[in-house]
Amino acid sequence: MPDPAFTEPIGGERALAPAWINGVPHPLPDDPRVTLLDFLREQLGLTGTKVGCDHGQCGACTVIVNGRRVNACLTLAVTVAGDQVTTVEGLARPDGRLHAVQAAFLEHDAFQCGYCTPGQLCSAAALLDELALGEPSAVTPAVERVADIVLTDDEIRERMSGNLCRCGAYTNIVAAVRAAARAQNAHGRVR
Amino acid sequence: MKPFAYRRVDDVPAAVRAAGDGARVRFLAGGTNLIDLMKQGVEEPEQLVDVSRLPLTAIEETARGEVTLGALARNSDVAAHRVIRMRYPALAEALLSGASPQLRNMATVGGNLLQRTRCPYFTDPAFAECNKRRPGSGCAARQGYTRMHAILGASDACIATHPSDMAVALAVLDAMIDVTGPDGDRSLAIGDFHRLPGATPHVETNLRPGELIVAVRLPASPFARRSHYVKVRDRASYAFALVSVAAAVGLDGGGMIRAARLALGGVAHKPWRVPAAEEALIGRRADSRAYADAADLLLQGARPLRDNAFKIELARRTVVRALTVAATRG
Amino acid sequence: MPDVVGTPLERVDGQAKVTGAATYTADHRLPHLAHAVLVTSAIAQGRIESIDAVAAASVPGVLAVLTHENAPRARGRLGRDAEDNHAIQALQDAEIRYAGQPVAVVVAETLEQAREAARRVVLMYKETAPQLGLDPVRGRSFRPRHVAYEKPDTARGAAKTALERSPVRLEAVYTTSRLTQNPMEPHATIASWDGPRELTLHDATQGLFDCRARVAKIFGLRPGDVRVVSPYLGGGFGSKGPVWSHVIIAVLAAKHVGRPVKLALERPQMFGPVGWRGRTRQTVALGAERDGTLTTVQHHTLAETSTFDSFMEPCGLPARMLYSSGTSVTTHRLVRASIATPSYARAPGWATGTFALECAMDELAWALGMDPVELRLRNHADEDPASGRPWSSKHLRECYRIGAARFGWHQRPPQPGVWREGGRRIGWGMATSVYPTHRSEASALARLHVDGTLLVETGSQDLGTGTYTILTQIAADALGTSPGRVSVRLGDTRLPESPLSGGSQTAASAGSAVHEAVCALRAQLVRLAVGDAASPLHGAPADAVCVEDGRIFDSRVFGKGESLESLLVRQGRAHVETRATAAPGPEAKRYAMYAFGAQFAEVRVDHELGIVRVSRMVGVFDVGRALNARTARSQLLGGMVWGIGMALIEDTVIDGRLGRVVTANLADYHVPVDADVPDLDVSWIGAPDEHVNAVGAKGVGELGITGTAAAIANAVFHATGRRVRDLPITLDKVL
Repeated sequence: MPDPAFTEPIGGERALAPAWINGVPHPLPDDPRVTLLDFLREQLGLTGTKVGCDHGQCGACTVIVNGRRVNACLTLAVTVAGDQVTTVEGLARPDGRLHAVQAAFLEHDAFQCGYCTPGQLCSAAALLDELALGEPSAVTPAVERVADIVLTDDEIRERMSGNLCRCGAYTNIVAAVRAAARAQNAHGRVR
Repeated sequence: MKPFAYRRVDDVPAAVRAAGDGARVRFLAGGTNLIDLMKQGVEEPEQLVDVSRLPLTAIEETARGEVTLGALARNSDVAAHRVIRMRYPALAEALLSGASPQLRNMATVGGNLLQRTRCPYFTDPAFAECNKRRPGSGCAARQGYTRMHAILGASDACIATHPSDMAVALAVLDAMIDVTGPDGDRSLAIGDFHRLPGATPHVETNLRPGELIVAVRLPASPFARRSHYVKVRDRASYAFALVSVAAAVGLDGGGMIRAARLALGGVAHKPWRVPAAEEALIGRRADSRAYADAADLLLQGARPLRDNAFKIELARRTVVRALTVAATRG
Repeated sequence: MPDVVGTPLERVDGQAKVTGAATYTADHRLPHLAHAVLVTSAIAQGRIESIDAVAAASVPGVLAVLTHENAPRARGRLGRDAEDNHAIQALQDAEIRYAGQPVAVVVAETLEQAREAARRVVLMYKETAPQLGLDPVRGRSFRPRHVAYEKPDTARGAAKTALERSPVRLEAVYTTSRLTQNPMEPHATIASWDGPRELTLHDATQGLFDCRARVAKIFGLRPGDVRVVSPYLGGGFGSKGPVWSHVIIAVLAAKHVGRPVKLALERPQMFGPVGWRGRTRQTVALGAERDGTLTTVQHHTLAETSTFDSFMEPCGLPARMLYSSGTSVTTHRLVRASIATPSYARAPGWATGTFALECAMDELAWALGMDPVELRLRNHADEDPASGRPWSSKHLRECYRIGAARFGWHQRPPQPGVWREGGRRIGWGMATSVYPTHRSEASALARLHVDGTLLVETGSQDLGTGTYTILTQIAADALGTSPGRVSVRLGDTRLPESPLSGGSQTAASAGSAVHEAVCALRAQLVRLAVGDAASPLHGAPADAVCVEDGRIFDSRVFGKGESLESLLVRQGRAHVETRATAAPGPEAKRYAMYAFGAQFAEVRVDHELGIVRVSRMVGVFDVGRALNARTARSQLLGGMVWGIGMALIEDTVIDGRLGRVVTANLADYHVPVDADVPDLDVSWIGAPDEHVNAVGAKGVGELGITGTAAAIANAVFHATGRRVRDLPITLDKVL
C-alpha cells in the first residue's frame, strides 16, 4: 500500500505529499529545519498555535496530528507529509459551532491571558479521545487492571499536566475538561 | 539549527544503507530528544534519516511467551497496551511517569533508550567544559549545581545521569535489545546497552556505528506481574526523576521471596542494578527489613556530590517503597 | 436594568482566545518583516574581547549582525533613570555585567536563518570572577534610596528595649528563592520605522505609555511620533512592566536594516535580561506579652541586586502596617551580585514579606500555645500603624472567620506531627494576605453611535486580568445599556493615556476613567435632549432625565421620552463623544488603602520520601467590590497557584562559579503544573470600599500570592513538626 507521505513519483525523486492542516492541503517547506510550529505560524499564517519554549517543555504549541496530541515545536514539518493536522483554528466546525472543549473553556473561564489556551484546547480535545480508548495515566489506580477510566479530577490534572499555565487557570481548566467530557458522553465521540 | 539533508526511508535495509558509517548521520524517530538537542546546537548531524514510518511499531506476544516491542512503537501505545499493563506493570508505570502526554505520543521505544542526559552543562553549549560534547574539555558540572546528578558509577570525567524511566523498568525485566546494522543483526542485554561514563563519557551505548534498534524483547517472566515503578521528583508531574526505582519480586505461598529484580534511576549514567542486592533477597521474608538490606547493597559505593547527598537516603527509602508495593501486586 | 458590574459576565475576549484569533505581539505579520534573534553573553562578568561575525553574516538570508562594534548609537539615556532602576544593555559597549546580557543581534529573512546565524557568532571574552553570594557580610551591603518609593528604614518607638523586655520572643531568619516570572508568552517586539522620526512598536508590554516614553527619550523622538500597540498580552507578572534591552535592540536593528524587525526572546533569554524576583534573606523578630499582644514587630531584609542597578524587593512593607504593636523597626539592605537586575514580580515585597512575617507569627503562636488565627485577631490593627490613618475599608476579621469556617479550622489537631491518614502526614496552616490599593491618573474616550452601540477606548492593557471585560461592564452600567452593545478598545498609545498595568491598579485607574467618560457622555446626552426644542424632554430638569436601554426619558412621567437613535439622528450627529480624565483624589492622603485576606492550606506529606503536596486551600478576601465575579475569582486563584510554586518548587539556580543560570528553561525551572494544584476555594466579602475610587474596587491581581507560601509552610510544620524557613520547600528539606 503506498505510503501516504509520498506523492506519485514524478521523474525520479519522490516528492513529499502535502500536509493536511485543518482539512486543507499545504505543500511542505523545502528547508527541513522548519518545525511544524514555525510552518504553521510563519508560512501559513496560522498564528493560533503559540511558541512558549520551543523545546517541548510547556505544551503551548500542542496540535493534533493523526488524532494524537503532540508538540509542534519538536516536530519537523517535513515529517508530517500526508498527515492530518488539527490546530486550534480547526477545532470549531466550519459553521462556527465551537468544539465541546472550546465552549467549556468559555463557560468555565478556563483561561486568563489566553496564550496557553490553544495548546490547552488541542490537548483537552485529544484527551477526550484517549479516554474513549481507555488509555491510562500515571494516576490511574492499578494500571494492571484494564478497564474503563474513571475521570476523576486527579486524572484530569495529570492528563493536562503537559500544558503549563502561568496564569494559574488550572482550577477552571479542570472544571472545563470535566464539563466537556460529560458533554461528549451525551453526544457521542467528538471527531 | 545547522542545515542538514533529510530523507525518509521505507524499510530497514534502506535505513541501514542510508546511515552508512554513522558519522554525521542520525536516525530521526519521534524527535523529542534529537530535535531538542539540534536546536541547542549540541547535535549537529549533516543528515537525518527519518525512520519514523518503518513498520516497526507492533507490540506482539510471541509463541514463546515473550513480548516484542517494535522500536518505533510510541511510548503512549506501549503504556496503554493490555499485555504490558497486565504482565509488566512497572513498564507501563515507568512510561506513564515520563514527560508529558504529548511527548509520550511522539517518543518511540528506540528513541527513549537513546535519549541523552539532561545535565544543563551538557545541553547548554555556553558551558565550555563538557567531556560529552567536547571530549577532553573537562566537566563543568562537578564544581557546579549537582542536584540532578549521579551518586553511583560516576567518574572524574562525567557525573551525568540517564533520564529515561522506561530503561529502568526494562532493566528489571531483563529486556533484550535487537539491533541491525552494516554487519548484520545482533542482540544486546539491556544491562549491556548503556555504558558508564568512565574516561569516555561521549560514548554512551554499546551500539556500533550505523546500527539501528529494531525491537525490544521482554522475556516471559513468572513474576514480572509483581512489579512496580516509583518515581520521585520535585513537582507532581512533567519532571525528571530525582530518584526512581523499578522493582519486581516473585513470592512463594508463604510470603518468602523466590526472585527479585531491582534497579535505580536518576542516580547514574545508566539504570543501576546490583546482582548481590537481588540475590540477598532470595529466601528472605518479604518485609521492610529485607528490603532495607537490599537497598543498602544496591547503594553500596554511593558517593554524594555537593547538592545531591539527600539522594542516598531517598533512594534507600524509595527502594523499600517500590518493593513493598510490588510485593502486594497481582 | 440590573447592574452588570459584579456579575460573572463571560470574558468579552473569550471567543477570540478560544478560537486562536487573538493576536499577540509575535503573531502580527507586517510586509517585509525581518526576523531577529538575540545573542546573549556566556559569561557573567568581564568584557567582550572580540566578536567574529563573519561566519554568521555568511549564512544565506542574513541581513545584518549588530554588535557593540557596529550598532547604531542610541542617543539619550540607556542607563539608570532617576526613579526606575532598569539600565539597558543595547549593544553600546563591550562590558559584560551578567550572564544572559544581550551582546549581538542577528537579522535575517527567516527565523531559521537568524537562529542558525546567531549560533555562529563567535565571542571571545575576558572573564573576571563573578560575585554571587547573598550573605550578610558586614560592609558589603548598602541601603537603597527607596523601597517601592517609600523610605527604606522605619522605626516606631523603642523597639530594641521592647524586644528585650518581652516575656515571649521569636527571632528567625527566612529566605526566599530567585523566582522568574516566566509568562507563557515570551517577550517580543516588532519595530517598524514609518519615517526617519516615526516609529511603530508592537510590544508585549504591561505599560504602553511607559514604553513609548522611554523609547522616545532614548531615540530623541517626540512621544507622539512613537506608537506602541499591544491588544493582547500573554501574561506579564511584572516582567513586562519595564522597557528591557531587547526592545531598544529591535528598534536599532530596524533602523539599521531599513525594514520592520520582529525580535522574540527565546525561553532561556527570559531568565535574567527581563528581570526576576531576587533572592531575599529576612530576619524577623517578634516580641509579645503572654496573652499574645505584640510589643514589637521587627523586619530586616537583605536582598540581591545587580552591580549596576539598585532594585530592592520591599519585603518590610507588610510588617509596617499589618499588625498593631507598640513598636516596630524595618530595614532594607542590598548586596550587589553579578546578576541581571531583579525587578517587579507579582506582589513585589508583599509576596516575600508576608512569607517571613506570617511564618514568624505562626512560630510565635506555637510558642504561646495560641491558635494562629486568634493571634492575628489579638493583634488586629484597627487603623494603620504606619501612618495612623483610618483604613478606607477593612474586613479582615470576617476573612479569618469565614475562611476558618469554610476550611473547618476548628477541627485542627493541636499538636504538630501527629496527624496521619492513608500513609500521609496531614497539616494545616494559615496566613494573612494583604496588598496595597494603588491608583493612577487615567483617561478614556466614550463614543455613542447612532445605532446605539457604545465604544470605549483607553490605552490600558489586558494581560489576562480581564480589563476588556470589566471596562465593558463599567461602561454598560454607566450608560444603562447591555454589555452586548459595548465594545472596548485597549492596547494602543493612540488611545487616551492609561497607566501601566501593575500594582493591581488597572481596575481602579482605567475603570474610573471609563466610568467618568461614560457618565460625562450620559450628561451630554441629557443636555442635548433637554436643550432640543424638538425633543420630548425639552426643558425637563436634568436630574429627572434618565438614560437606559437605548432610551432617554423623563423619570417622572411614564412614556415621556425618545430613543437615543432618534435624538442623534434629529441632531444630525453620527455619534456623540466625550473624554474624561480620572485622577486619584485626596483619599490616598486621608485613608490607608489595602486589600486583605485570609488563606488556609492543607498539606499531605509523604514523610518517608519528603514529598509535600498541597491538598486543598481556602482563601477569603476583602477586595472591595469585585467588578466581575468570574475574572476576580480567576485572578485570586492564579495568585494562589503562584504561591504554591513559590512555596514548593520555584528556584532560579545560578552556577556559583560561572554565574550562568543552570535552570534557564521550563523543564528545570519548575512552575506549577496542573497536578500540583488541588481544589482551591476562593471567595470574597464583597463590601464595596466607599473611599478608594468610584467603582469601589481594591484590586485583585496580586493579593492571591500574599500569605500563600506562609500558609503552606505553616501547614508543613503542623504536618511534620519540622519548620522549614527556606523556600522552596523541596523534599530534601523535609526528608
